[in-house]
Amino acid sequence: MKKLINAPENVVKEALAGMAAAHPDLLTVHYDPDIIVRAGAPKAKVGIISGGGSGHEPMHGGFVGYGMLDAACPGAVFTSPVPDQMLAATQAVNGGKGVLHIVKNYTGDVMNFEMAADLAAAEGIEVASVVTNDDVAVENSTWTAGRRGVGVTVLLEKIVGAAAEAGADLASCKALAEKVNNQGRSMGMALTACTVPHAGKPGFDLPDDEMEVGVGIHGEPGRRRVKVAAASEIAEMLAGPILEDLPFKRGDHVLAFVNGMGGTPLIELYLMYNELNKILTGNGISISRQLIGSYITSLEMAGCSFTLVKMDDELTKLWDAPVHTPALRWGM
Amino acid sequence: MQITAEHVIKFIELVAARIKEQRDYLTRLDSAIGDADHGVNLDRGFTAVLTKLSSVADKDVGAILKTVGTTLVSTVGGASGPLYGTAFLRAGMATANRFELSGDELLAALEAALEGIQTRGKSTRGEKTMIDAIGPGVDALRAALAAGDDLLTALQKGVAACEEGMKATVPMLATKGRASYLGERSIGHQDPGATSAYLMASALLEVAQGA
Repeated sequence: MKKLINAPENVVKEALAGMAAAHPDLLTVHYDPDIIVRAGAPKAKVGIISGGGSGHEPMHGGFVGYGMLDAACPGAVFTSPVPDQMLAATQAVNGGKGVLHIVKNYTGDVMNFEMAADLAAAEGIEVASVVTNDDVAVENSTWTAGRRGVGVTVLLEKIVGAAAEAGADLASCKALAEKVNNQGRSMGMALTACTVPHAGKPGFDLPDDEMEVGVGIHGEPGRRRVKVAAASEIAEMLAGPILEDLPFKRGDHVLAFVNGMGGTPLIELYLMYNELNKILTGNGISISRQLIGSYITSLEMAGCSFTLVKMDDELTKLWDAPVHTPALRWGM
Repeated sequence: MQITAEHVIKFIELVAARIKEQRDYLTRLDSAIGDADHGVNLDRGFTAVLTKLSSVADKDVGAILKTVGTTLVSTVGGASGPLYGTAFLRAGMATANRFELSGDELLAALEAALEGIQTRGKSTRGEKTMIDAIGPGVDALRAALAAGDDLLTALQKGVAACEEGMKATVPMLATKGRASYLGERSIGHQDPGATSAYLMASALLEVAQGA
């Protein structure tokens, strides 16, 4: 294992210290429990928090700031955070208008957020939750823990963050979050595995000439393992199931998100965006907004994911609204 | 015999030691069908628990178990934190103010723990989880006590059933937790949660045998 670390057990805290040093204008880091809180957030708005295992940076800490998250709860690498963190974050951002928890659908994340929501409710804080589950790679939701929350989470945090910034109430924020989740679908693939620092070796074996199609963001297996193919074929393997699932239809306008898994160069992401654009154009679907880059990652895994969200005027306006976080910034 | 508060302290200390010894083994099992963090997470949790034990050394069984539960919830994360945390909390509620447990009281505590895990995890038997080890263990303990076995003999039977249950997870198809995403590929691997549950059960027996 070759990594830029000092000791596996200190990776998360030392990275948090780096974020705190780099972005004092945007956020403050609190330790034990570890939370990242937006600096100078107005209290008279709905608080928006999220969290999950570390190793997916910039999600979620990199999205704390104006127009997006008010706090983030980073767990150990690939391990959901504990309820103490979500409770502390909820208390820190609660201004009396309630707090929305954005939770990715993983067994541990859901349980830890539920426990935190119970504890916050016992303190009289109004909490609503949305669970993202956009990964179409999980075909059989009945016999599994259900579809995983992946790329839509990033887009949802931006869109709902903008609504909260504009004064939307808790019920509206929750309804909006559910709308984005319901209108969004994702699928990813991996060219390589990744190594969790404390494990010291790759989470799974992927031979040099094979790829995992439908991979999860922790290297969980997907639909199938196949021989590496041309980018145009890979784009079809990802876009096909996404388009069929919603389904996206001719005339739809979409936000297209081509995401890198952590170890993929931007040149390949733009190449994949080109392939996606061709596929969508061929299906009569127009890309009205786009995001290209590594925003929801799996450590150093090479690969990418596609996320499409069906857009309307409301979502487009909220997407375009100003945002200022370490990882996303426009309009200000 | 009875299980005393002192036994419970020794049991927790032994669990912490076994988890530390088996940390890499548990993580290896988890890397086959999960996300390679089970041993590391539990070791972090029980290491934290050890630092809290001195503060409850003279307390009742319920207080000890509740402290273990809240500490696990606060330090483990993942799915095993809420699950084991809830299990110890429920067992603690069932043993509040008790300094000694009869066989039936121990059974009631374990039944409460099992129910807590099932409720928190929205899971049942046959889904390739820790429940597949704990459930048969509790059943065997209940049957042995009902048949008039002494506590030690009943515990031996319970732990043997727990071990069988753990091994029986190997051919199971996972339908809960992260292993469920593997579908058919989850078959052939022993569940890490069932394995850590068996480690805890065997630690309880070891303490009872040494008593």
